[in-house]
Amino acid sequence: MSKTNVSTPFNLTPMCLAIPGKIKSIEFQYDGTVRMAKVLFGGITKEASLEMVPDAKEGDYVLVHVGVAISIVDEEEARKTFEYLEEIGEIDELVESSQLDRPNPL
Amino acid sequence: MKYLSEFRDPEVVEHYLEELHKVATRPWTIMEICGGQTHSLVKNGLLNLLPKQITMVHGPGCPVCVTPLNLIDKAVYLAEEKGVILCSFGDMIRVPGSSRSLLEAKANGADVRILYSPLEAVKIAQEQPERQVVFFAVGFETTAPANALSVLHARRLGLTNYSILASHVLVPPAMEAVINDGEAQIQGFLAAGHVCTIMGLEEYEPIVQRYHIPMVVTGFEPVDLLQGILMTVKQLENGEAKLENQYSRVVKANGNPEARKVIEQVFEVSDREWRGIGNIPLSGWEVKASLAEFDANRKFSISIAKASECADCIAGQVLKGIKKPFECSQFGKGCTPITPLGAPMVSSEGACAAYYHFAEADAV
Repeated sequence: MSKTNVSTPFNLTPMCLAIPGKIKSIEFQYDGTVRMAKVLFGGITKEASLEMVPDAKEGDYVLVHVGVAISIVDEEEARKTFEYLEEIGEIDELVESSQLDRPNPL
Repeated sequence: MKYLSEFRDPEVVEHYLEELHKVATRPWTIMEICGGQTHSLVKNGLLNLLPKQITMVHGPGCPVCVTPLNLIDKAVYLAEEKGVILCSFGDMIRVPGSSRSLLEAKANGADVRILYSPLEAVKIAQEQPERQVVFFAVGFETTAPANALSVLHARRLGLTNYSILASHVLVPPAMEAVINDGEAQIQGFLAAGHVCTIMGLEEYEPIVQRYHIPMVVTGFEPVDLLQGILMTVKQLENGEAKLENQYSRVVKANGNPEARKVIEQVFEVSDREWRGIGNIPLSGWEVKASLAEFDANRKFSISIAKASECADCIAGQVLKGIKKPFECSQFGKGCTPITPLGAPMVSSEGACAAYYHFAEADAV
């Protein structure tokens, strides 16, 4: 069974996937009642409703799922994933250095 | 913005893997609930890189996979017999019904359309007032706000030719069903990041307490998944059971209140049949009676006899984490993405399709 050479005509993007994109511009549609945005995903621009993220503004990164922005991506919180690793590293170093200082049990 | 591509950084992935190898000392079985996470784990080859003590089992979080056969037959009936414009997401269109899929109905001349968003279906209804438009609205909590919003848009526009055929399912009751089923022996959960983006964390705390099971709300990128697994394994190794949030850049403790307001306006909780699993009490949403004119089930009073499932397909056991796709006698033989026997081979979130497309033969 080979997968890499299976040519599939189907879109393999999971439905539950929500993708972060940058808000390029905002306008009101549906007779001026609905806040809609043009959102940039890499090189592609798609339209998304901002009804679920009333605080979103131009330049924000929003997570878009089936045409609706569902969350504003928080850069400060994103940083934590990388700090988590650094913290672990520091703890490891601490443990290692403390072992070096420890008197030899033998 | 920083921290977008960084979540795929091979160096960071390697650091997390190293840490996991250090931390994991005993065998642990962890279930990722969401099919999107299964897809990412398999596609990025992470299952082969995890310490051998860690077994990931794949959960029922594939909305297309758990949509009942009978509902697909109803959608086909609406498209063929009632002449509606039947719209849905690409995956849903390809799932086989008891006699054919919506895609086959389309090939036979029915007006079936693949859309990116339910809001596009409302636009079609607006542009073609002489036609009935039905959106086959499947999904977990993540997709419910968009589907609900389409109903509210249609109502505000005064449309009488738009309705949804809803098949909405909820994660927490399914988690409990999987735990109570017992056969998969789950010791920890990666909760679905995008479901929690909408619903928040609150409804998961009781499950963590009741079953003393660690749970980490997790994102979808390789680094997200490895951090989520690491946090879960640390809890397991320490004998803890806590609810933690790895995906805090997106998931807030109280979720998205605006989205929940929209859901509450349109849907109410109901019992729901899950394909391959059976009926789970209070595990779904259906359109409120007060919005019956937007509910295709009520509007078209469809009654279709229940057909039986394909006998060779073990989709139910795959969805409950009891079996892996390659344990099925039909996997890659009688059942492929081009000729699927069951829904998990169709949907990109289905475990069978993920293994078929991305898993290396030696890993399976």
